Amino acid sequence: MSETLLEVTGLAKHYPVRKGLIVAKQVGTVRAVDGVSFSVNRGETLALVGESGCGKSTTARLVLRLIEPSAGSIRFEGVDVTRITGAAQRAMRRRMQIVFQDPYASLNPRLTVAETIAEPMLVHGIGDAAARRKRVEELLTVVGLRAFHAQRYPHEFSGGQRQRIGIARALSVQPDLVVCDEPVSALDVSIQAQVVNLLKDLQRRFGLAYLFIAHDLAVVKHVADRVAVMYLGQIVEIGDKRSLFASPRHPYTRALLSAIPHPDPERRGQVKPLGGDLPSPLNPPPGCRFHTRCPFAQDRCRSEAPSLRRLGPGHDAACHFAEALPPAGLDFTGGLSENAAKRLALYAKARAA
Amino acid sequence: MSEDLLRIEGLRTVFRTHGGEVTAVDGVDLSVPRGRTLGIVGESGCGKSVLSLSVMRLVAHPGRIAAGRVLLEGRDLVGLSSAEMRQVRGSQVAMIFQEPMTSLNPVHTVGFQITEAMRAHDPRASAAELRERAIEALNRVRIPSPDRRFDEYPHQLSGGMRQRVMIAMALACRPKLLIADEPTTALDVTVQAQILDLLRDLQAETGMSIILITHDLGVVAEMADEVAVMYAGRVVERAEAGAIFGDPMHPYTLGLLGSVPRLDEERETLLAIDGSVPPPFALPKGCRFHPRCPFAAAECKSDQPPLREVVSGHSAACLRAPVEAFAA
Repeated sequence: MSETLLEVTGLAKHYPVRKGLIVAKQVGTVRAVDGVSFSVNRGETLALVGESGCGKSTTARLVLRLIEPSAGSIRFEGVDVTRITGAAQRAMRRRMQIVFQDPYASLNPRLTVAETIAEPMLVHGIGDAAARRKRVEELLTVVGLRAFHAQRYPHEFSGGQRQRIGIARALSVQPDLVVCDEPVSALDVSIQAQVVNLLKDLQRRFGLAYLFIAHDLAVVKHVADRVAVMYLGQIVEIGDKRSLFASPRHPYTRALLSAIPHPDPERRGQVKPLGGDLPSPLNPPPGCRFHTRCPFAQDRCRSEAPSLRRLGPGHDAACHFAEALPPAGLDFTGGLSENAAKRLALYAKARAA
Repeated sequence: MSEDLLRIEGLRTVFRTHGGEVTAVDGVDLSVPRGRTLGIVGESGCGKSVLSLSVMRLVAHPGRIAAGRVLLEGRDLVGLSSAEMRQVRGSQVAMIFQEPMTSLNPVHTVGFQITEAMRAHDPRASAAELRERAIEALNRVRIPSPDRRFDEYPHQLSGGMRQRVMIAMALACRPKLLIADEPTTALDVTVQAQILDLLRDLQAETGMSIILITHDLGVVAEMADEVAVMYAGRVVERAEAGAIFGDPMHPYTLGLLGSVPRLDEERETLLAIDGSVPPPFALPKGCRFHPRCPFAAAECKSDQPPLREVVSGHSAACLRAPVEAFAA
């Protein structure tokens, strides 16, 4: 079960910044992703979380080699995918698929649903026309759409349905790894729940591994097995979901968790905003990159960059003072009132009936 | 204390289409007390944005307000001329939008855009005076070094800063009511927390009322004093915030609460609401929620449920609320 599917080591993507009209001189480097290492096991979900601009989407695209890394290696079942080309690369791509954030922009408006879902099979030369048609019908049922939807166009569907089409397209070539780049962020909360349930259900049925990019920690807590928190192109904390949510060791993870508003008016005003904005990745602060916003920063943090180190079983964090931090003081319990819980149980029962 | 700043009565906003008129907001009654926050919750397409645009009288052709009144301190905004309405916007009622990226004009400086509304309401003010007032407005929304930001362009600001600029613009003429339409949806959670904090502080300082439109129940719980849940153009539940979360009545509200992944529990599957919001040209008969409602009975398919008070101060538009009374 814990067989490693994807292993990423020291991955980096630097974009040169040039200035000058005739002779373009490089004046700086945007370190979008700067030395990221993680692994994803077969059938498990690793979530990458962080604020916009932290490099999580760039990491996802690097893994699929939609953009070329500046450094580092990406091994898929032991094969370094940064070095393969041609047919070998295409064969590898069949096994890694992606579901995009925006269900409106990621489907070609001129293709029918059947054509959209069949396109990856066509590209990879899987089956004949009849077999593909049959597979499209099968996939539509798998993602909770109906066979007659095959001949329709994307504009005839709602956001949630379109995201289901995107998922069916990704599954058409039977991948082992699906990169989900904020797959539910653009959806309404009730539809978000439908899609999250679908993704979990598909994972159980087909043994899929997910690299799940998200900024909503509540969704991540629900979906992921392990979580990696990114800040300015680096992973600052990575660990098993339970241990990471129960005892976050990095001040940034704590800040993210405490910024989530609770759906409970009794706990109003407990949200403690993190001061300041994300610094520019063109000019990241020296030492620990988080020190400019960290309430616990000391002199050492300003000069010496902390590296990820083991703090518990399967739980690493990059903070000099992880052991010395006061208790996180995060308390998520007691959210639902008795009446709400009772009626939600009735709702669940009636819905299942 | 219980005096209402804004009262909406029987508001109906329709859009003319090729297939006839469709009703986006259908008979909504709401009130916003002075100095308090009303949260309006619902999925996209439930009419919450059209409702707020109706209050601002900004519903664009082919939409129009077909019936109802919008009373601001007793004065009906629906009957005002465009010129009169322009005096109301900004100085009495102001609005901020979801997209701080696109709500600002990229070719003008921040300062120019803040002073634009001030100039419109006070044409005789000098440039130096306007600049001073704009910098004060930027200061009020806690923008660091506001005199430098005054001369900057929107692309030089982060998303959170842009939303602060939008708030500064909205509050420049000290409105009595601020309508915030999904003000933090496009922002990161850490920035969202900063903006919500700011709105709360500003409300305490100025005593303004806020209508907060959002689909995020966490944000509502954090901010709202009273909550209206909307579905398919109607208010389906209305109560104090504590009662909405502590004693939810309408099955739609329950579905929304069940859909939110919570940090305090472990669940295999979320309680989603099946299906999606019906478009306004294909509304079901009877209760508009009945095709998605797990509690729907025969009478829900034929009778339109009125918004009735189930317990004191808490109304729901459901024939079968509270649900446990009918479960057996």
